[in-house]
Amino acid sequence: MRVGIVVFPGINRERDMAIALERAAGHAPRMIWHRETDLAGLDLVVIPGGFSFGDYLRCGAMAAQSPVMTAVRAHATRGGYVLGVCNGFQILTEAGMLPGALLRNAGLRFLSRDCHLRVERADTVFTRHYQQGEVFRAPMAHGDGNYFADEATLDRLEGEGLVAFRYATPAGELTPEANPNGSARAIAGLYSPNLRVLGLMPHPENLVDPLLGGEDGKPLFASLAEAFAA
Amino acid sequence: MSEVSAELARQFGLNDEEYARVLAILGRTPSLTELGIFSVMWSEHCSYKSSRIWLKQLPTKAPWVIHGPGENAGVVDIGEGLAAIFKMESHNHPSFIEPYQGAATGVGGILRDVFTMGARPVANLNALRFGSPDNPVTRRVVDGVVRGIGGYGNCVGVPTVGGEINFHPAYDGNPLVNAMTVGIARADRIFLSAAAGVGNPVVYVGSKTGRDGIHGATMASAEFGQDAEAKRPTVQVGDPFTEKLLIEACLELMATDAIVAIQDMGAAGLTSSSVEMAGKGGVGIALDLDAVPQRETGMSAYEMMLSESQERMLIVLRPGREAMARAIFEKWELDFAVIGHLTETGRITVRHRGAVEADIPLAPLADQAPLYHRPIDVAPPPPPLEPVVDPIGLGPALLRLIACPDLCSRAWVWDQYDATVGGQTVKRPGAADAAVVRIDGHKRALALTTDCTPRYCAADPRAGGAQAVAEAWRNLTAVGATPLAITDNMNFGNPEKPAIMGQFAAAIEGMAAACRALDFPVVSGNVSLYNETEGRPILPTPAIGGLGVLEDAADAVGLALAPGLDLVLIGHTAGWLGQSLWLREITGREAGPPPPVDLAAERRAGDFVRARILAGDIRACHDVSDGGLLVAVAEMALAGNTGARLATDPTIPPHAFWFGEDQGRYIAAIPDGDTLLAAAAAAGVPALRLGRSGGTGLTLPDGLAISLDELRAAHERFFPAWMDGREAEPGSGG
Repeated sequence: MRVGIVVFPGINRERDMAIALERAAGHAPRMIWHRETDLAGLDLVVIPGGFSFGDYLRCGAMAAQSPVMTAVRAHATRGGYVLGVCNGFQILTEAGMLPGALLRNAGLRFLSRDCHLRVERADTVFTRHYQQGEVFRAPMAHGDGNYFADEATLDRLEGEGLVAFRYATPAGELTPEANPNGSARAIAGLYSPNLRVLGLMPHPENLVDPLLGGEDGKPLFASLAEAFAA
Repeated sequence: MSEVSAELARQFGLNDEEYARVLAILGRTPSLTELGIFSVMWSEHCSYKSSRIWLKQLPTKAPWVIHGPGENAGVVDIGEGLAAIFKMESHNHPSFIEPYQGAATGVGGILRDVFTMGARPVANLNALRFGSPDNPVTRRVVDGVVRGIGGYGNCVGVPTVGGEINFHPAYDGNPLVNAMTVGIARADRIFLSAAAGVGNPVVYVGSKTGRDGIHGATMASAEFGQDAEAKRPTVQVGDPFTEKLLIEACLELMATDAIVAIQDMGAAGLTSSSVEMAGKGGVGIALDLDAVPQRETGMSAYEMMLSESQERMLIVLRPGREAMARAIFEKWELDFAVIGHLTETGRITVRHRGAVEADIPLAPLADQAPLYHRPIDVAPPPPPLEPVVDPIGLGPALLRLIACPDLCSRAWVWDQYDATVGGQTVKRPGAADAAVVRIDGHKRALALTTDCTPRYCAADPRAGGAQAVAEAWRNLTAVGATPLAITDNMNFGNPEKPAIMGQFAAAIEGMAAACRALDFPVVSGNVSLYNETEGRPILPTPAIGGLGVLEDAADAVGLALAPGLDLVLIGHTAGWLGQSLWLREITGREAGPPPPVDLAAERRAGDFVRARILAGDIRACHDVSDGGLLVAVAEMALAGNTGARLATDPTIPPHAFWFGEDQGRYIAAIPDGDTLLAAAAAAGVPALRLGRSGGTGLTLPDGLAISLDELRAAHERFFPAWMDGREAEPGSGG
């Protein structure tokens, strides 16, 4: 698996992501400083979590204008795979690579706790080690994860099967209590139309080790490692 | 510019005797900048002039201590060539004036104290004390402080893994915000602050200097009157994004051989960093303020030397390394400027716009700093508590206690702190008596806690000081860690009052005794005095930050109960109700002496429990502290979502047995309680079977059953309801 992790100033979960990818693939990913623009040869580009440029503007807005994002967009256009987690998801929406926006959490507070995600499709490169409808636990740690898009966009995303994960109860039900940040239609993660760009708010990379509370996030990385085993 | 005089010196916080000493050292009237330098260096905050003689009593040495007090933070050897670097520091005064920025910059400041020594910060904790929940100001302060800690720590990417919160009306005008950072470094790559090498360049890195925080150290060394709000301009503003860049840039530079010495610009900014670095190294330092990166135009030398703008560091480089170092800081888009060099004069000279604005000999500035042996008056401990009858029974008392502000769930607070960033958090907040953070790339883990029981300290500072240290040791032990060392954050009132100084002296005496008995030295710390508003002091609060180590993170146990386990109480129970939360919450009294700590028994019980945890016998463990035994069992049940049937028949009154706060006790959950009881008997440690886990509720010895749902609803009610303003909870903490 040839993976690069893009590091913007203020990104802080790049190590966590590298650990999860290395556990799955057996080798360390390449770290890409935001001023680099050569992504040639990579199967997967990952934009990890954190506070790029402090998120003093809208979350992800500054990073979306960074030179490396032109290269990430070209990589996706070539059919390359992209994973954006938390701030990475925000950056992908700000860069126009995924629709909608991540607003302040409905409760207007940063939330750091475990949530449960329902797998909406288990047939993508990212999720083939999960079962359809399976629920897994993932830590969330964000202040701006409240997914928003207009109704027409939401209908289209659902119609085209581009919703990746939804916030749910451990039993898989969609309830207001199980949707911690108030996201529209409980959307926690989204695919691009070609299913090669995935953005999600919670952190499966922080739950890949039984010692740290579980391995619920491991199937996502196992799926990627298998897909890009060559 | 103001005329420098004894009157101006008094406004700057120097008394007439101290000002006379300034005149004698200089042999002339100081310039305004020089007066500023003397006043901040000789402030209580920077000079420890009232506390130093007492702090010397604390044991600071052990074979595993690499650097004790005197450096930016304490350093201990944790094995495998690694060192843990840690310290706790207060930001009390700023956090009352401006809660968000006060708390945020408190976190930023303590992070810099740790990474300036070469460590990557791996964990933050915070010990917080707030006024009564009934006081309308308290909610605003809690909200701002929690947001500030989260806002800074979350952004900078260091997990906030633990801490504590108490409420008491004594903190109404003086909340305490004590922030602790722990970092990891290679034991052979520790960076110190003593400057060396005449001619070596002095480099400024980080944020630009502005007019914020001028005279913060002096503000932190005085009582508040009604004008506290007017002091808001002395509070600094934090920028966690720049701090994150500064961490990465400094660690990158530290991987080279470029650094001779490094120190952050904390309290008293450029003044204290340059004076302390040169002073410790026995060299002089010449600064050219025209080269200082400035955020505002027209700043004077006085303003630049006294500014407490955040996220700045001062570095002495080896000659010829400037270009390489500059390239690193430019990559991280941080300011980098050579602002001076080391000299052989033994003086600090400050030039600005062609004029010498300060020229002070360093040795007398340090050696002749005021040192006070202030009068002390130690109050006798309260008389023993007379027998107290139980007015309501065990079940109702448990439901009230578990819901009270001092014992209720803190999840509302923790949920705002990123506890998992870094990918090494083994025990998150609430999962165990101490947070457990694994070391990246190793099996080894750190156990971390903060502890103090201020109501004990108020009733008997000596017993309370010993208890704070013992409880930190106990919390580390309860996860299976070997306790190594502590950092102390001494929060007290006005030291010029003999009763306050008496509290300080007695607390130190108790702490020192516990540190010695438990082999648990003090390696760093901070003193915050003048925590008074309009003459009313806080409760004496010697907050202890404890650090321990586990050789294998997999050995750590939490407090969550699982079904089918025997509950065994380790340690002796006399039914001590003096200063207990039961007494306060159920009978409305804060009375009697606090529970004494038998340090020999403490050590015996703790060493026994730790050995059984590491042997793999014990599945869950929880120390018995605030609220006593029944509260401890309830906390274990809630954490594990597993009930228990309690079936002990004590020889003392049930409420004293179940709610007394006798020290040195643990509850261990173990498949086979008999073997543990036998092992305890063999080790000479008191032990007693309490009951067995299982089911969906607690069945009390009097037969009453309380469902976990009811218990949880009571436990989790206070914070969300209070912060949403849905209910003014009666019976606040005290």
